[in-house]
Parts: sequence; C-alpha cells; structure tokens
Amino acid sequence: MKKTPLYDVHRALGAKMIPFAGFEMPVMYSSIIEEHMAVRERAGIFDVSHMGEIFVSGQDAAKFLQWITSNEVEKMKVGRARYNAFPTEKGTVVDDLLVYKLDENRYMLVVNAANTEKDFNWLMEKSEGFSVKLENLSAEIFQIALQGPEAEKILSVITDFDLSSIKYYRFRELEILGTEVILSRTGYTGEDGFEIYGPAEEAAKFWNALMEAGENSGLKPAGLGARDTLRLEAGMNLYGNDMDETTTLLEADLEWIVKWEKDFIGKEALLKQKEEGLKRKLVGFEMVDKGVPRHGYRVFVDGRPYGVVASGSYCPYVKKNIGNVYLPIEKTAEGSEFEIEIRGKLHRAKVVPRPFYRRKK
Amino acid sequence: MLPEELYYTESHEWVRVEGEKATVGITDFAQSELQDIVYVELPEVGKKVKKGDVLCSIDSVKSSAEVYAPVSGEIIQVNEALNDQPELVNKDPYGEGWLVVIKLENPDELSHLLSASRYKELIEG
Repeated sequence: MKKTPLYDVHRALGAKMIPFAGFEMPVMYSSIIEEHMAVRERAGIFDVSHMGEIFVSGQDAAKFLQWITSNEVEKMKVGRARYNAFPTEKGTVVDDLLVYKLDENRYMLVVNAANTEKDFNWLMEKSEGFSVKLENLSAEIFQIALQGPEAEKILSVITDFDLSSIKYYRFRELEILGTEVILSRTGYTGEDGFEIYGPAEEAAKFWNALMEAGENSGLKPAGLGARDTLRLEAGMNLYGNDMDETTTLLEADLEWIVKWEKDFIGKEALLKQKEEGLKRKLVGFEMVDKGVPRHGYRVFVDGRPYGVVASGSYCPYVKKNIGNVYLPIEKTAEGSEFEIEIRGKLHRAKVVPRPFYRRKK
Repeated sequence: MLPEELYYTESHEWVRVEGEKATVGITDFAQSELQDIVYVELPEVGKKVKKGDVLCSIDSVKSSAEVYAPVSGEIIQVNEALNDQPELVNKDPYGEGWLVVIKLENPDELSHLLSASRYKELIEG
C-alpha cells in the first residue's frame, strides 16, 4: 500500500484511514457531515497527493494532446487549466483529467490515482510518431486542495501574492514559503478554492502552515468521504462510478468537453452516436422513498432490472439522498420515476437536474 | 462510558432489561465507528424476531450497517423520534438513541450476553 507524504500528519490528526486507489488515505477526521459543511460554509483542506501528475513536453506536445483528448488544448493559453478526457477509439472514457498549460511546449496532466499507470501507458502507446517526452512525476509531487469561501483569505496568510488575480481555472507558478509551487484556482467540491502542487518533501510544511493560517477561519481537514459527497452535490462525475471504458463521453453527460471542431481519438464513434441518438444517459436523481442509495445498488425501470446506481449518498448540505444513474434515454426527463433496490426492497427515486447544489456567486 | 447495568453483544448492541421488556440500542463504540448516522430503518411494531435476526438497519453517510436482535421476542415499541432525528443514535446511544423494545420471549437468552466488563475487553482487546 502506498502512502502520501502527509500520511504521518493524518495519523497524528486521528484520521480514519482506508485503502483507496492503492494508497492509504484519510476518509474522515471527525465527521463527514462536519467536514462537508465546513467546506460549504468556511473552508476545508484535503490531501489529494494520490492524484497522478504526468508531464508532457516537446515540440509536438500541443498537437499530441489535441489528438488524444476530447476538449480543446491547442488554443489554451499559458496559465490556464482545463477539464478534459482521454477517449478510447469507441468514445468511451480512459480517464478524465485537468490539463495545465505550463509553457508553449510543456503541459501537466492531473489524472485519477487509480488510472495513473494505465494513462501513462496509454500516452506512451499513442505518442508514437509524435516528438514528445512523457514523465510520470506522481510520486514526487504533493497536491493539497484548499476549498471553501474562506480559502483565499486563509491562503493570503502565507503568501503576499495577489490571489484575486488568479481567476477560476487559471494558475501561477510561484514561490510560497520559499518553495516553487503551482497554484491553481480549481477544485472538486463546487466551492471557490485552490489546489497547490509542490515537491513531496515539502507537503507537511504547506499543510501545517495552512492549518495554522486557517485556525481562526474555521478551517477543517477533510477526507475522501467529504470529497465524494461534495463533488456529488456539485454535479461532478467520478471516474469508476459515473463513467469508465464502457460508457461514452456523451452517455456520461460530458458533451461539454467534446470539441467537435477538432480531430481526436474516438471522434468518429462519438459523432456516429450523436447522429444516431443516445440510448442511455447519466442523470441526477433523488430518492422519493426513504433510504440511502449507494454505488452498485440495482436499478429497476418499469419493474425490469436496468443496471446499477452509478453514485449515491446522503448529501449533507442539500440534506437529501441523491445520486447519478444511467437510464434509458426516454426515461431521463425531469420527474421521471424508477426504482432502486435497497436491502431487497424496491424504493422509488426520480430524475432531477444536476447540479444538486450551486454556490452563490 | 459503558453503563454497568446493560447487557452487550459481540455485534455491538446493548440491552436494558426492565421486567419482561428489553430495550435495545447500539453501543457508543458502534456509533463512533459508523459516524454521521442519517437513516434508521425501524421494524414494525408487532413483528416477532429471533435472536440473531436482522432487527433494523442503520445508514451513515459512508456505509450501511445491520443491527441484530440480541434476544428473541415481539417488538412492542420502536423509537419514532429517529425518523426525524437519526443523529440521536450518535449523540446519545444509551439514552435517546435507543432503537426498539422487545417483549422477552426467553429470558434465559440474557445469560448468553456479555457483561459491561466482558464487552469492554472485546472492544479494547
């Protein structure tokens, strides 16, 4: 089992640790509900060092990434980050990721921990004929997410840099606490916030400095449990639950990151699917009956089995039992009812629009 | 905090006996393992259970757990307050967070349950 550079910090904080994507990760420190609410109302700090960082450089870097991802890369400006995906030839999803444009010929890809090796191999295989260099630096880089309405205020305690100049989905390479880091205004919670990438051996220095900086702002350490309920409420897909190599980007409700004007792996299959029309699609739902839906619970449409719940949980801010589910396209209209099997009994649920939660600007 | 007067099970339920009535709940250890309880699916009053049957289920944000009947008998009362405030099980597991009352069918079963000191050994073991 791998450990992040903050493993000892989590143990000292009394975190409950669980295996996740090959890492021993904190699932919660005190209570998922308290951590979730802290992020919505004040701020939370997450160790997400398990995430993969793959660097792509060389004269064909942009051209290569443009080809292997579904969203626009070539027109990105230096200092921008963008949500993107690697599609398969069938238009299904190898992984979803963030692309950071560090320089004209240098990019950082932030990928899911469980997929880092698979992605790296995929990139190696597809990069034949392109003049690019690929480096998997995941083990050498820490990633800390500081999320919530108080994030900027807390971060400003440890840097004089004008943080308001870093707009949503932009980043800067800068020195904080004497260490070169990448600081982006990004996150996976639906709140304002930042993600910091730096050398693994400096992780504890940043964690401790931020914890101290946030002491009077109600900052709480938050685990993977709250990270999951926050992203679910905010209507964000989770790889492995909501999409994988059996679901296309269109089915996974990710057409917004499919750039039809460019050529890329999987475009042909996706275009064909778009023209023929989708047969199923990922939608949000909430329970009509009582009961907590969970990933893998069986779904019934018109009394017949139809797959399983993609994501499901009680979500603390909206105080509802909600989730994501693939339904036949004719059953995806808002209000459409279906059933979920919970402990042997069928419970009614209905389609509702995503996101379940949207922050006030 | 482990009330001396209660009986305990290896699956972390407690039983408080008053005459032929046995009030059942889950222990402080169990609630702290679950955390963030958001739903308690209570059984119906009048249902008969055998020792070891699933009595009810408890959902926390992260997981689902089943509670087993520590004794056999008829369920004569359920804690309706948990429908609106399932978090009472977290806040007061031995008091307001009780789950059901079972009318004891076979009081001899109590002798197979654990004392507070034995249960303490189990969870601290």
